[in-house]
Amino acid sequence: MRYVYLIFIVGVVGTLAILGPRGSKTTRPPLEVFPDMDRMPKYHPQAESAFFADGRTDRLPVDGTVARGTYYEDEYLATGKNGEAFGKGFPIDVTNDAMARGEDRYNIYCAICHGAAGDGDSMTKKYGMLTVASLTDQRLVDYTDGQLYDVVKNGKGLMLGYADRLSVEDRWNVVLYLRALQRAANGTVEDLTPAKREELGL
Amino acid sequence: MSEVFPKWSNALPLKIIVFIFILAAAIVSGVTYYATPSYTRVGYQPEQPVPYDHSFHVGELGLDCRYCHSDVEKSGHANIPAASTCMSCHSMIKTDSEALEPIRASYASGDPVKWVRVHETPDYVYFNHAVHVNRGVSCVECHGKVNEMEVVSHDQSLSMGWCLECHRNPEEHIRPVDLVTDLDWVHPGGEKGQIEDGLKFVEEWKINPPQSCSGCHR
Repeated sequence: MRYVYLIFIVGVVGTLAILGPRGSKTTRPPLEVFPDMDRMPKYHPQAESAFFADGRTDRLPVDGTVARGTYYEDEYLATGKNGEAFGKGFPIDVTNDAMARGEDRYNIYCAICHGAAGDGDSMTKKYGMLTVASLTDQRLVDYTDGQLYDVVKNGKGLMLGYADRLSVEDRWNVVLYLRALQRAANGTVEDLTPAKREELGL
Repeated sequence: MSEVFPKWSNALPLKIIVFIFILAAAIVSGVTYYATPSYTRVGYQPEQPVPYDHSFHVGELGLDCRYCHSDVEKSGHANIPAASTCMSCHSMIKTDSEALEPIRASYASGDPVKWVRVHETPDYVYFNHAVHVNRGVSCVECHGKVNEMEVVSHDQSLSMGWCLECHRNPEEHIRPVDLVTDLDWVHPGGEKGQIEDGLKFVEEWKINPPQSCSGCHR
């Protein structure tokens, strides 16, 4: 019996030594102990396909078609242009909600390079990002709204466009928030109410 | 007859029974410990075609999760970014890095980079990212502190029992929606504050996590 227990203990210790504790890091794909119907021959987003020639399950829209919800009759809303020229003004409702949404999106997609205040002072600049524009410069204050929209959508110079990550409405929201940043950065004493000026001793 | 069965054999049946019990206990504990996702999935850390370091990009630079996983708020699937997302910066920074070669190749050719999937629920589970992040369930609840991971690894078991723990007590896990991607955030009021605010959110947002089968399986 002593030997049986000895073998048993060796077995237990061996199992523990080989399998290790929970959570150990491994590059081996997880073993599916009861595979049941865990993996079905169906298509998942961004997965591989054996059927399509390019090996992907994700398909692009057929040429000459427009996906639902992506067609905008208003040309200015979609492109920032009226004909060939960049337009002025906001084709979306300028509300507090639009401004808040713009701030939210700006801080996700733009602040990483242009800085939270829009002055181009950011972490990526410290790591060698080239020619990050200060969005509060007079040069960009003079841009029309449509022109700013176009930069957000299609990029400019070394900056790539954000059309894939910002919807048409969100691009306008970002431009709206950008206008607020410019206004804040270029404000003067004259912008303050007399009461505020007195309070600050100006 | 005494020569056929020696004296010690009298105790043998009892010893065998005791041993069988010990063996059964060991097997049961072994299976419970090892044959679950807590062991099989947690810690999975595959090698990726490009060694993207989340701890640097998110932890150090402060990139928001949604900069790359941009569809997480509007789609059930949290997308892996396209090469063009990487190129937003890497067309200017580290343009000759060898590690980034697959990204540049993908950007030029349009063929995808073959990232290795880390988190994968069974195919009969219909998990929706958007409904969770839009109702204050942070990324960190399921994915762990990705902002501290040099190489992403599987953090939680994602087993059904684990899902249900939160579906039964959502107030322990939900937070203001604008803090969802702030992986270091914990409620400043500690556990008590979390529950208090959590209950408020559950009430206000009318959160009623399904516990029936068809909530997640169809």
